[in-house]
Amino acid sequence: MSTTTFVLKGGTLVDGSISDILIDGGVITRIEKSLTDEHATVIDATDSIVLPGLVDLHTHLRQPGREDAETVASASRAGAKGGFTALSAMANTSPVADNAGVVEQVYRLGQEAGLLDVFPIGAVTEGLKGETLSEIGAMADSIARVRVFSDDGMCVFDPLVMRRALEYIKKFDGVIAQHAQEPRLTIGSQMNEGEMSARLGLRGWPAIAEEAIIARDVLLTDHVQSRLHVCHVTTAGGVEIIRWAKARGINVSAEVTPHHLLLTDDLASSYDPIFKVNPPLRTEKDVHALREALADGTIDIVATDHAPHTMESKECEWQEASFGMLGLETAISIVQKTMVDNGLLTWQGVAERMSHSPARIGGYEHQGQKISVGSVANVTLINPLKSWTVDRDLVQSRSRNTPFHGYVLPGVVTHTFYKGKLTLENGVNV
Amino acid sequence: MSIALSASDISRALTRISHEIVEKNQGAENITLLGIPTRGAHLAIRVAQTISTIESREIQAGMLDITMHRDDLRMRPLRAIMSTTIPSVGIEGRDVVLIDDVLYSGRTIRAALDALGELGRPRSVQLAVLVDRGHRQLPIRADFVGKNLPTSSNQSVRVHLVEIDGADEVLIEGEG
Amino acid sequence: MRHLLSISDLNKSDAILILDTATELARVSDGQVKKLPTLRGRTIVNLFAEDSTRTRISFEAAAKRLSADVINFSAKGSSISKGESLKDTAMTLQAMGADAVVIRHSASGAPQRLADSQWMTGSVINAGDGTHEHPSQALLDAFTIRKHLGKGGADLAGLKVAIVGDVLHSRVARSNVLLLNLLGAHVTLVAPPTLLPVGVESWPAKVSYDLDEVISQVDAVMMLRVQQERMNDLFFPNAREYSRYFGLNSQRLAMMQPHAIIMHPGPMNRGLEIAAEVADSARSVIVEQVANGVSIRMAILYVLLAGAPLEAGSN
Repeated sequence: MSTTTFVLKGGTLVDGSISDILIDGGVITRIEKSLTDEHATVIDATDSIVLPGLVDLHTHLRQPGREDAETVASASRAGAKGGFTALSAMANTSPVADNAGVVEQVYRLGQEAGLLDVFPIGAVTEGLKGETLSEIGAMADSIARVRVFSDDGMCVFDPLVMRRALEYIKKFDGVIAQHAQEPRLTIGSQMNEGEMSARLGLRGWPAIAEEAIIARDVLLTDHVQSRLHVCHVTTAGGVEIIRWAKARGINVSAEVTPHHLLLTDDLASSYDPIFKVNPPLRTEKDVHALREALADGTIDIVATDHAPHTMESKECEWQEASFGMLGLETAISIVQKTMVDNGLLTWQGVAERMSHSPARIGGYEHQGQKISVGSVANVTLINPLKSWTVDRDLVQSRSRNTPFHGYVLPGVVTHTFYKGKLTLENGVNV
Repeated sequence: MSIALSASDISRALTRISHEIVEKNQGAENITLLGIPTRGAHLAIRVAQTISTIESREIQAGMLDITMHRDDLRMRPLRAIMSTTIPSVGIEGRDVVLIDDVLYSGRTIRAALDALGELGRPRSVQLAVLVDRGHRQLPIRADFVGKNLPTSSNQSVRVHLVEIDGADEVLIEGEG
Repeated sequence: MRHLLSISDLNKSDAILILDTATELARVSDGQVKKLPTLRGRTIVNLFAEDSTRTRISFEAAAKRLSADVINFSAKGSSISKGESLKDTAMTLQAMGADAVVIRHSASGAPQRLADSQWMTGSVINAGDGTHEHPSQALLDAFTIRKHLGKGGADLAGLKVAIVGDVLHSRVARSNVLLLNLLGAHVTLVAPPTLLPVGVESWPAKVSYDLDEVISQVDAVMMLRVQQERMNDLFFPNAREYSRYFGLNSQRLAMMQPHAIIMHPGPMNRGLEIAAEVADSARSVIVEQVANGVSIRMAILYVLLAGAPLEAGSN
């Protein structure tokens, strides 16, 4: 794009008002009923919702180490396609992001791709082993300015390690993003433990394994007066504990993935590992509890847990397959389908849960700002009246493991602006 | 559709066949009657009863399922296997009379000969049928025939028996 | 029917057709005839990714008695437990023109993966998958029960059967619960609470922790094997205590009804889940189960393969 000046004509802001927006020099400079600027590229935003650029607090970009599944660059394209202007990259790469070197590498790869901000998440413990703290300070003070620390994929299981981590990050205004999974209760677990696992003969993954860790961690967080973020909550019981903790004033936030807002464990009856994910798909009852919790704010944000895998790690027996699903390119559509179209959430609510709040939790500068004059021009246009068909062969991600292949979903992301630069134009990556 | 054999035609034919079997074998001492399911098995029972009357002693009929020996299994939907029951006199060294309702291509009888061969070694094997409608595809002929019915191959011959269908009759369907 | 992956693939008349077919075929096996030409020219592959000599031999004997060509593909220790290999193996079998694949696999659902994939077009017969199902075993068990206790009926209406032991990890139990229920029998699962799956309450079976209470009520008792690896995995304190509560010994044998039979899918742990004198008693039909296995597997092969081919995707 040669121009850096755009007029978005006739878009609907999250408060329901219709305005024209002028983006100039990477910043929103004017918002008025009717705008013209002879130097600006005009973009017709009629019927579209103007959202602040989406921020994903939980993705796996696979670089360094598994560039056959995804790279920072390919994930950046997938993110732009899905309306994201910032991604958090989990630490379970190879080598693990448990030191300043790796987080700076990932941060630079994001800068080089230049399609959105990539904020590396640092490992809580060395090698994700759960034994000794990683160099949290070095990562916090690196150019990547890491504020979120997580052993995601592994649970920080040892209560003493978790306590120390929660205490130590206070110096850096950090947050521990916990993957809540009691390891002893989930040895070899394959899917939600219940009627389906009993019938299918797949080792069960009890809800309690998640809830027990959430309960312990909110109590620890309260005790040491720190800050906790609970990754991908999946159970009705987990929601109840977080609700209780928030009522007590404990500084805890929580996320839910789009797939846990829609899919249930009965999909495992196909034995198709495309539905194998960690934490596992749960029951209808859990799905409803998660939607309610996201609506009432008990769950603060939607995060995709975007987890690319090569086909060979999914084209196999269930128990041999890898855990995880793609998420970036379908997230906003799943949220519209499960939360907006049924009236549980307004677009204002979507902006909070997919942009403002994740940016606040992550401490991400220049992200999650309101659509107002002076804000950095991270903007996403979505046309909620249109629908599209998911095709795994057309994804921007390097991997194809979307569980939504063939789904017709509402909401088409047409344009994404990252710092005033178009990264998606008319649904096509720039 | 036309009636080729009435109930009394069938009755007379079976009586005649029974007499012919006894005559040809010079009594019923060494014969073993085996019907081919489903309708052949019922015809065999009737023939056995008639011969029992003629000979004034109990003659048993057995049945021989040929399903597993058919050469057309792959051309038709799955067939359920029927029972094979051999009368206590057995088949070894006996004069076995196979009984079926309709003789057509001869493939059923070919399968029956194979099935029989698996069970033992009769002294002779003879064949009795209620209807011979022609169109043989194998070098097989019947020793005892109730009625020769010239048909065209696009016609079908339906044998109805009281035991299964509620009435005795042989029908020809389709244009000749 | 195109595949046999789970008992839930069968309706009642399918199940009875297989049992009736096996009944007729059993007579063939009893007599001097050992071989039928029915499946001449058809290729059946035994794909055994997990060791099971007895099941493999049983399927092999069944296929050979129906004159099918049998290829044994024992993959224990090879890379077949890795996913890509299952796909590659399937495509190899397809290229070889396999009409049916009999698969034993340590991963639950592996047979269904083969059947649902586009990797091959032949019939898939589940010969035991992980802790999921073992439908041919359940059919031979039902066949054995019907033969002894069936009172001439086609089904097992009203019969009471206890399945005792490690239900949690048992594919035999899962298939048997479904099939016995389908055939009208009443099943009671007897196990320590640790060896019953969460969600068992949705199964069509009663649950008891007390073998002594159940043993005198039933027409058949089916003992499940206790795998050695469960011993040190906190499911019960030790073998002695397991035997005391859940083993079938002479005292419990004496409590059984006079007509009741004793079953075990094998291989047995004598002295653990079943006492040697009980296994060898007149009430035990364990050896007969093995013989019936061949007839049932012939019937399964006949029902799946003998008729006209079904359209791909139909079942």
